[in-house]
This record gives sequence, structure tokens and C-alpha cells, in this order.
Amino acid sequence: MQILFKTRYEDDIGFLVKTGEKVRVGMVLAFLFAAPLFLQTYYLSELSLLLVYAIAGIGLMILTGYTGQVSFGHAAFLGIGAYCHAILISHGVPFTVSVVATMILCGLVGMALGRSASKMHGFYLAIATLAFLILVETLLGEWVSMTNGYAGFAVPGMKILGASLGKAWQQYYVNLFFILLVIVGAANLFRSPTGRAFLAVRDSELSARSLGVNVEWVKIQSFGVSAAITGLAGVLLAHQLSYLSPEVFGVLESLKLMLMIVVGGLGSILGAVFGAILISVLPIVISFLKDVLPPAVGQQPGLEPLLFGVIIVLFIVLEPLGIYGRWMKIRYFFETFPYYRKSSFVRQKSYLKTERLR
Amino acid sequence: MLQVNDIIHLAVTGLAQGCAYGLIALGFVLIYKATEVVNFAHGEFMMLGAFAVLAWSEFLGGSFWPAFVLGCLSIGVVGYLIDAQIMRRIIGQSSASIFIMTVAFGFIFRSLAGMIWGWKTLFLSTPFGGKIEIADGLSIGVDRVAIIVATVLLCGVLYLFFSRTRYGIAMQAASQNQLAAYYMGIPVKRLVSITWAIGAMIAAAAGALLAPITMVDTTIGFLGIKALAGAIVGGFGSIPGALLGCLLIGIVEPFADYFVPEIKGVSAYIVMLVVLFIRPQGLISQTFEKKV
Repeated sequence: MQILFKTRYEDDIGFLVKTGEKVRVGMVLAFLFAAPLFLQTYYLSELSLLLVYAIAGIGLMILTGYTGQVSFGHAAFLGIGAYCHAILISHGVPFTVSVVATMILCGLVGMALGRSASKMHGFYLAIATLAFLILVETLLGEWVSMTNGYAGFAVPGMKILGASLGKAWQQYYVNLFFILLVIVGAANLFRSPTGRAFLAVRDSELSARSLGVNVEWVKIQSFGVSAAITGLAGVLLAHQLSYLSPEVFGVLESLKLMLMIVVGGLGSILGAVFGAILISVLPIVISFLKDVLPPAVGQQPGLEPLLFGVIIVLFIVLEPLGIYGRWMKIRYFFETFPYYRKSSFVRQKSYLKTERLR
Repeated sequence: MLQVNDIIHLAVTGLAQGCAYGLIALGFVLIYKATEVVNFAHGEFMMLGAFAVLAWSEFLGGSFWPAFVLGCLSIGVVGYLIDAQIMRRIIGQSSASIFIMTVAFGFIFRSLAGMIWGWKTLFLSTPFGGKIEIADGLSIGVDRVAIIVATVLLCGVLYLFFSRTRYGIAMQAASQNQLAAYYMGIPVKRLVSITWAIGAMIAAAAGALLAPITMVDTTIGFLGIKALAGAIVGGFGSIPGALLGCLLIGIVEPFADYFVPEIKGVSAYIVMLVVLFIRPQGLISQTFEKKV
């Protein structure tokens, strides 16, 4: 067990406190920066897609994991971001301006949705966001003059400050830059009064209100921040896919985002990243399983959704804190080596939380 | 221009469709009232029900009613087991996890149904063929009348069950306050599982009755989302509210499709968003601000 001595002010405000954390994060960063040197193009583009999904996951995590507002409609912001950016740059707007404009647009749409959602709660919100998603998908499909409808929209290549960045490794570094920015930004957000208010609203709206938190405004803010980050992920996704069509941003995509943060671990930024890793690795595992299993089972078209469903159910029943929770337990085991007990993480007895009284 | 006859025709179609949504929504609302879990897999219960009735009628050699009863009962058992084995373990977790859980059940059911019965559209033969002439040039299919009758009948039976029988009253108590119901010696766990079974059976019945209209395949579960929208318009906590909302959605839909064909299929969601914007708790509210 490491005992911390804080001797300087920087120790108190640093993100990474323990030596082990610093070493681990350093190793991951070194791997990420060096990845283009030894990874093949295919794996590199998979890795950069993973980074994009991690950004989207952090966006949803801020709303669902930290503010407690369930949204089944976040693929809509992914779609709005991707289309808005693609349309802007195809009209000759520079990348940097377009990214900022897209994020602002997504943020504003998110705040508008949050404004109407601030009175709803629980599953009313979940269904309302689901309906919002379906409407956005229909709009993207029907507004042919702008989005080219279901025929699809080709995204122009990425150009930043005049330099063309079309190659896989160049896009990868752009994604890496943005995800580091988002992670640092999100981590900082939750050390500020605004972020603390998000947490207060998640844990109890009533006590947050009693402490002088403006609950409605916090929800609007949270929706705005979350939508802007998801919009940014949409921008990067547009370049990653290089061809957009409305079906990509459907209900399934939203569920994928939701699955990411629930299985990754609600209420931690790391959880969103773990979730992104999981959904990137899962298709590879499933295609591997298809070869291993007998053809009568392995070649069934429904195998993939079935495995997705089973994995979610197993995670929620057996490890409610998600991959992040499991990681925390393993870390705790090693950090406090002989003292770890089975009951160290036993949850309290839980009862039905009613939403009818709130 | 619309003739009066056309308007009546659209309205009758809408009413029948609304009743179909209402029939599905009944099960949603029951489960929600008892456990506060919104069962996103309810449409899939319906789909499984249709398949189960089909399988039983093939097994029994084509007779509909015994197959109907057996099919509903088997889906009831599935519903009971889902609650007793899985949902009971995750009481008290965050609502996001519980939503995702039921959505995952939907995925599992759909894949399993596809694996067992294939992905093709099947046909279930029911005794509800033909049409009834109401006025000249205006007729309505017997299958739609059957749905309306079944909805009314089920509402009546459920009303009597909840207001007259010992089990029904115990369920009401458990849904109002689980902990207090425990203290009164009510077997809450078993009651909740039975509620799931009843909800699943209603869904299965709806699936079998809707089969002549929707046919039987793995995608009919998506009708459940529209029923959910209808139930939300009315206010999820009460059965009359949910039925009202479903009827409203059902009647609006054919007219919206007629006048604004661009939004075919999504008008239900527009209605829902508008209603939620004005009245966040639905038309008949069931939530109350906590007094401190």
C-alpha cells in the first residue's frame, strides 16, 4: 500500500496522484503515440474508430453517468455533428471553423432538448430522446436538398490549415489530439462547481435543490456539454466513414453508445473508454466465434445481437459497476495486497427506488 | 378533398389501430405499476406470443383457441421466469441499467425467435376472417373488431381482478409501497413475478390477435415502441390514461399519414413530443412532488 505525502501544492491539484497511475497512464500514452509505427493500416483505422467512439461515450457519460439523465437519442447528435460538418466543409468552410460551429450547433440543439427535458425524468426522458432520434433520422433522410437523403453524402477529405490529412495515421493523430483534449476537459469539469452540481443532481434532485442548485439549468448545461462533445465525435466519425447515410445514426447506434457506458461502468470517464474498447473488440471476437462454433449455430444471422444481449445481461447482473468496477477491484486487491476481503465491495441492500414521488 | 365517408373510414381504422396499441400498452402499464420497470422487451413478448400460438396450433393440428390459451400460458411462464431469475436481482440499480437490460432481452428474444422459427414472415390462421358492413361502402374487418372486443374485455377483467380479488388488492398494495406491503405480510416477490406473467400473457394475446394484420415475423415487436409512445401520451401510471393516449395516437396516425405523407410512421412520436413538451407527465399525471 502506497502512503501519499503531499509536499507541494501541485500534488494536491494533480490529476494523477499515485506513482502507479502515472506509470500506467504514461505507458498507455506511449503506446498510443507510437501505435502508427508498428500497427498495420487496418488495425490503425480500427484504433482511431475506437477513439471516436470513446469521445462519443464520454459525451453520453457526462449526461447519463454523471447527471443521471438517460438519453437513448445520442446517435442523433452524432448524426447532426457528422452531417453539419460534412455540409460545411463541402461548402469550403475551413476545418477549424467548421468543428467549432458544429460543436456550437450541437450544443444549442442539445440545450433546446434539455430545456424541454428538464421537467421530465426517468423513462419519460428516455422515450422522449428516443423519439427525438427517430425524428432526426427521418429529417436527415427526407431533407434531400441538404443531405442528399438516403443516397448518402460523400465527405470531403480532411484539411487542417491548408495541409491535407487524408492518410490513416494522420487522421489517427487528429483523433488522438481531440480525445486527450476531451478527457482532460471532462476531468476538469468534474472538479469545478458546475460539474459538482451535475453530480448533486444525479444523486438527489431534492437535496441538490435544497443546497441552492438550479436543477433545471444544470440539466440544460449537462445536455449542452454532452451534445457538443458527441457532435465532435460525429465530426471525427464523418471523416472516419467518409460516406454518410442516415441509417448509420439510427436506434441501434444509440443503443451501442448506451451499452458502451453501461458495460464500461456508469459514472467514470475511464468506463466510457473501456466500453469503447469492448465494442471494438466484440465484433472481432464474434467473427472468431463464428469460425469456431459448429456451422448450425455459428452461421445463424441472429448470433451477433444474441451475444450482445447476453453480454449486457451478464454484466448488469454480475458486475453492476461494469468493466471499470472490475478494474477497480483488481487494482484494490494488488494495492492493499494481503488485506483484500470478499466483502470489500459488497453493496448495501438495495430497495426499489420510486419515481412516482420525487 | 376528403369525403365524410373517408373521414369515418380513417377514424374507424384509427380506432381499431389505437385499440391494438392499447392492448399492447396494457401489459406495459401493469408491469410498470407493479415494479416501476419499463419493459422495452414488451413488443418482443408479443412477437414470441404470436410465434408460440403458431407453434402450438401446428402441434395441435390447426385448432386456434386451445393453441391460443396454451401459447399465452407458455409466454406467461417466460415472463414469470424473467422476473424471478433476473429482474429480481437488479432491483435498486440505476434506471439506465434497467432500461438497457430490458432492451437486451428484446435483442435476445428476437435472435432466439429467428433461430427457432426462421426469419421469414409466417401466417397464422385465425377464426377472424371476413368483413362486417356497417353502412354502405363502409366496412371493417372482423379481425379489427376482435381486437376492439378483446381490449374492452381485458380491461373489464383486469378491473374486476384488481378491485375484487384478494391477489389483485395485494398487488395494488405492493405497487403503492413495496416495503409497507412486506410489513403487512404480502409476498411481494411472488406477486411481482405474477404481475410479469400476467403482463407477458396479455402481450402474447395481443400478438396472436394482431397476427392477421401484422403477420408473424421477428420484427413485429417494434409495434411495442408505438404502444409505449401512446401510453406515455396518456400518462404511464394509469390504465385509463394509457388507453386514452393509445386511442389518440391511433386516430391521429391515419389522418397525419393522409395529409402529410412525408412523415409516414413518425407522426406518433411527434404527437408524443408535443404532449410531453406541454405536460411532462402525460395527460393524466401520476407523479407527485415530494413534500419535505
